[in-house]
Amino acid sequence: MSLAGFPNPVLDQQAAFRAVMQALSEPGCIVQAGALAGEGSPLGPVARAIALSLLDFEVRFSLSSSLADAEGDITFHTGSRLASRLDEAEFAFVDLRQDVLDLGSFAQGTPEYPDRSTTVILRVESLTGGPSLKIRGPGIRGTRELNIPGLPTDFALQWAANAARSPLGVDLIFVTNEAVLGLPRSTRILPEAR
Amino acid sequence: MYVAVKGGERAIANAHRLVEHERRGDRNVPELGTEQIEQQLSLAVDRVMSEGSLYDRGLAALAIKQARGDLIEAIFLIRAYRTTLPRFGFSVPLDTADMAIRRRISSTYKDLPGGQVLGPTFDYTHRLLDFALAAEGNPAPPVTAPVDTAERFPRVTDLIAQDDLIERNPPENPGQPVGDLTREPLAFPAERDLRLQNLARGDEGFLLALGYSTQRGYGRNHPFVGEIRMGEVEVEFDIPELGLMASLGEVTLTECQMVNQFKGSLTEPAKFTRGYGLSFGHCERRAMSMSLVDRALRADELGEERTSPAQDEEFVLSHSDNIQATGFVEHLKLPHYVDFQAELALLRQMRRELETRASTHPEAAE
Amino acid sequence: MSRTAENYRGYNFAYLDEQTKRMIRRAILKAIAIPGYQVPFASREMPMPYGWGTGGVQVTAAILGPSDVLKVIDQGADDTTNAVSIRQFFEKTAGVETTTETEKATVIQTRHRIPEAKLQGHQVLVYQVPIPEPLRFLEPRETETRTLHALAEYGLMHVRLYEDIAQHGHIAKTYAYPVLVADRYVMDPSPIPKFDNPKMDDCAALQLFGAGREKRIYAIPPYTKVVSLDFEDHPFEATKFEQPCALCGATDSYLDEVITDDQGGRMFVCSDTHHCETRRCEGHVGHLGMPVTEAAE
Repeated sequence: MSLAGFPNPVLDQQAAFRAVMQALSEPGCIVQAGALAGEGSPLGPVARAIALSLLDFEVRFSLSSSLADAEGDITFHTGSRLASRLDEAEFAFVDLRQDVLDLGSFAQGTPEYPDRSTTVILRVESLTGGPSLKIRGPGIRGTRELNIPGLPTDFALQWAANAARSPLGVDLIFVTNEAVLGLPRSTRILPEAR
Repeated sequence: MYVAVKGGERAIANAHRLVEHERRGDRNVPELGTEQIEQQLSLAVDRVMSEGSLYDRGLAALAIKQARGDLIEAIFLIRAYRTTLPRFGFSVPLDTADMAIRRRISSTYKDLPGGQVLGPTFDYTHRLLDFALAAEGNPAPPVTAPVDTAERFPRVTDLIAQDDLIERNPPENPGQPVGDLTREPLAFPAERDLRLQNLARGDEGFLLALGYSTQRGYGRNHPFVGEIRMGEVEVEFDIPELGLMASLGEVTLTECQMVNQFKGSLTEPAKFTRGYGLSFGHCERRAMSMSLVDRALRADELGEERTSPAQDEEFVLSHSDNIQATGFVEHLKLPHYVDFQAELALLRQMRRELETRASTHPEAAE
Repeated sequence: MSRTAENYRGYNFAYLDEQTKRMIRRAILKAIAIPGYQVPFASREMPMPYGWGTGGVQVTAAILGPSDVLKVIDQGADDTTNAVSIRQFFEKTAGVETTTETEKATVIQTRHRIPEAKLQGHQVLVYQVPIPEPLRFLEPRETETRTLHALAEYGLMHVRLYEDIAQHGHIAKTYAYPVLVADRYVMDPSPIPKFDNPKMDDCAALQLFGAGREKRIYAIPPYTKVVSLDFEDHPFEATKFEQPCALCGATDSYLDEVITDDQGGRMFVCSDTHHCETRRCEGHVGHLGMPVTEAAE
């Protein structure tokens, strides 16, 4: 099975990147994906477009168990290799609909180089309709609401642990089949009002 | 009525035309060909290739012509071109012991296998202007002798190593990735591969001054020229997919192995250590300077106290690149009037405050 | 979209090769996620000198798309030679639309100024940075400053600023005035006058900083807290001008001093040329200016 790359790599990669850049700049905002890269990959068209745009031979990636079949496609199109350990990957792809999430298992960076951490791309069914979480932080004017359905039950706890590692920690990019939503490590989930 | 300065675009275009005009000079004088530069200014070409980090004599000659002989400008042109070239991989390590020797001297042994080969050197020339050259210079053809291609020129440091009196070469580690500071930002402390790459691209004048400073006592390391060799070496590229070793051609190199004193430490017996210098083409001065600085930068590794600029890795590696240096020094030409205005306002404010204080408390001003 | 990369043979769209753009884009994403932290990146040699905006140019080249509208300023002005040169570079290699109007631009590359017009949410401001390390003038060693940032140990900086107060009565830093970003990293805002510092705080636009020679990229996401370092008894104060712009009468803009003769004659005019022109077109006239309609005749 060989999937096609971008029809116009230069401009498509730029568009895919800009959507991710906007998503991380404005955490919690639903941003239309800049480019889609074909059906047929277990990653889905948006995560695959991100892979094609940001991965190359200089970085390594990891895949959650149900995405294992995507390895050959990513390596073929980008030259990036599968990391032998989760914490050696610059990018991780996780299908949240089927696989478990453990944010602590990824690279967190070091105090001197907090940028040496994993960016985790999470495939979800939808970005709306889930239980409401209030978030705050850089990129957010005041507060914003997060309504992603199907998050792990301990997500807020995992995210609090990630925040506690700040400025170390992982950054998240949620994707559906058409949109992206960013959650950089600088974003805090506010405790629910009682 | 004040009119803001406009017309930057036209000024730039006209400046470009003018610099082209100046480059050509008097049009009654024949134009300089890049082949002439390549052949007759070959040492300038070698320097531009070395510091430009690109082995291409023709392009280096073109850069020198375009830069009107300003070698740093020429190096800049080559660097800016080099950065756009795709990377295919790394060659296998060059074997300088297998060099087709054109020059080879050692200051540590009177004679040695392969002998001393003086080659094309300015050494021992009397620096007298040759006025005849102003008219023309068709020198007599060189004296040649039959070449024994089978003769090997073992490296002097390898000969010393047989007695275990010099530190060994670092162990070969073919699988280990080679650092490349043009693809990864330099982080400190830097490994020796990156230090050597930095020095190999470094400004010759900077390396020369630092090397000189070690001789004058700023990080003295008691050097002897174990060997300088210059000649042609084959470049090979391993293509495992095709199961073959492809020859990419040969390059001219100058290699200097400096042999330095080392008193030993609590755990190590006294032995000689090495400083290493390598350059494209025939650039003896830079290869020697580089080997002095390389040795000085190994202070930590050899348990020596770092007291001098040449031993200071951050200082040396951060300031060796003349393209970075010239850019930042010359950027002072750009307008800074916003910052200057801010400073001006502060200065005026501070003087006013002083005057106010002086007038309200005259005794304080005395 | 009428103009694409194919129109500019010999160059990739926006000059940089795709591998380089990816590397820079990855650094930008990290910079946004860690506001104020300087991300090392493998800065390339550019066809313009280090120190002349290579960092800003690389950042702009990595983010620019064909639908972007680019504005380039130096010292606040669109027509200074280096701004012209960088604008031409992108016109030639990316074929993007360029503008001098702050409001129309989606990407603004700047050296030493933040435009006077309030920036909007869809805009990106790209700064050219000569020395990204705010602690560099206290400690020249990268190994040391990196540790200080890791520990958020900024006492040295405060001591230095307080020495100024002890000696001069106020902090003697008028440009490149250090800021604390999102309560964590002390950051050099590049050599903008401290007059511009308050514009960085809670700004709607994304701010990206590129230092080519020093190989660092950093960022301030939109609506991020940016505080100029100060002391309770000596709060930060932006530079104020005692007179309005001589051409448009603006009292709230940064002014350039222009020497008009050799008898000590001088006038003060807006450094942001677009801001000044806009005001004059709106009918504002300074004491040495004349109405736009008359000037056009």
